[in-house]
Amino acid sequence: MSVAEYLLPYDYSPLTIFVYILVLGLYSFGLFRMPATERPGGGRIVLFTLGVLLCYGVMQTQFDYYSQYMFFVHRGQHLILHHLGPILIALSNPLPVMQFLYRQIPKVVRPFLAPVGWLYRILQQPVVASFLFFGLIYFWLWPSIHFDAMLSRDLYWVMNWSMLIDGLLFWWLIFDPRSPFTADALGYGKRMICLAAVAVPQMILGAIIVFSRGMVYDVYEVCGRAWPMPPDTDQLIGGVLTWIPPAMMSIFGILIILRRTLREDTEHASHPMQKEVTQ
Amino acid sequence: MKLRTTRSFRYHVTGILALSALTLAGCSGDQYDWNAKDISGLMPELDYQLTDTNGESVSAEETSGNIRMLSFGFTSCPDICPTTLQKLSRAVDELPEAIRKDVKIMFVSVDPNRDTPERVKSYVEFFSNSIIGLTGSEENLRALSKRYRTTFGYAEPDEKGNYDVSHSSAVYVFDREGKARLLVRPEQQSLDELKSDLSELARRAG
Repeated sequence: MSVAEYLLPYDYSPLTIFVYILVLGLYSFGLFRMPATERPGGGRIVLFTLGVLLCYGVMQTQFDYYSQYMFFVHRGQHLILHHLGPILIALSNPLPVMQFLYRQIPKVVRPFLAPVGWLYRILQQPVVASFLFFGLIYFWLWPSIHFDAMLSRDLYWVMNWSMLIDGLLFWWLIFDPRSPFTADALGYGKRMICLAAVAVPQMILGAIIVFSRGMVYDVYEVCGRAWPMPPDTDQLIGGVLTWIPPAMMSIFGILIILRRTLREDTEHASHPMQKEVTQ
Repeated sequence: MKLRTTRSFRYHVTGILALSALTLAGCSGDQYDWNAKDISGLMPELDYQLTDTNGESVSAEETSGNIRMLSFGFTSCPDICPTTLQKLSRAVDELPEAIRKDVKIMFVSVDPNRDTPERVKSYVEFFSNSIIGLTGSEENLRALSKRYRTTFGYAEPDEKGNYDVSHSSAVYVFDREGKARLLVRPEQQSLDELKSDLSELARRAG
């Protein structure tokens, strides 16, 4: 198979390709049209593009083939869709671009977008967001649901898209660039609690998979693996990928938030709101 | 007033009874608990373009009207394929005569490099004369396996040129219309359970 063939989709999804083109198209449009003073720097643009391309890569290249037929690659795919890709996108802070794009929407249309805002606020309630974040991992890894999701093409797409959308929502809540000192954003302490709260259930699930003696995800045995590999080895590596990297990403997130807290604490030390906020 | 109330009451009771009867009648067809996994609606209908044991090109249309059990494998398979084919052919042999001829076993070899149509023919005939042996180009085999969310892969050959092939261990059962209905895992199902499912499927579709 040539390199070009590896880059072609295994399971061609016009809707997925359209969404990615739309996202990159709107981002580029915003970058070129927005005032230079608001425009994100080169590093942030690279980070955003890298995050989007990583997610695209695991959905619409031959990587997707291996994800469908090897459990551990599937866990790697979700690690990118639910963690790494959204983390890069959130850290790139596309907020100025999104704000610019929002300003381009005619004022008469904006009230119709209100329900989206309501839904967004419900989903971004920290308890709801955290529960949804690890709940979705548990849901799709529930053996009988996982079995169906890998058998049905439609369910498979719903699974991957739900993981990506939820990943974006959660990591945006965590890395929201707006400071809780000056804007209506989640407090840094709460962000760290969310990160710790989602890490524990993921570690438990990963450990359960790693230490399971029998075959938990036998759909890969039923559907055939991409290459002959002992099923318990596949499951073991998949379990480790569910256990260790997500926990590390939570710690990484906590460190970033800690750094921001310390920096902003110093900056806002004499802020009149400081006393009120810390109480 | 009393008469009207009574009539209205009777009208409603009759309506509720009729609805309950309809609901029960509607449900009665689904009372059977499949032993295999019910995959209705999860997978597309049967469609393939393969080569039979005479080297002729065949499609799913040629077996339409039958209940078809599709299994993937290769003739050098040491364990899964022989036990699967043995179990399937025994199940079909022990079905009531009226439906036996309507149930077809299809064995698709995913190792076209080693499995010529002749080799597939002698392999399937070892188990039963009624098994339909199929193979095809790797491209067509990939298309079929992709359609049923399965795959196959080849391990590195040893010094004698022998290699292992990973493939689906399941059997996909299609009804007379070609709709995907059941996913049988032969190692987990008893012969009686398999026969029961096949009889029920034949009864429904018939």
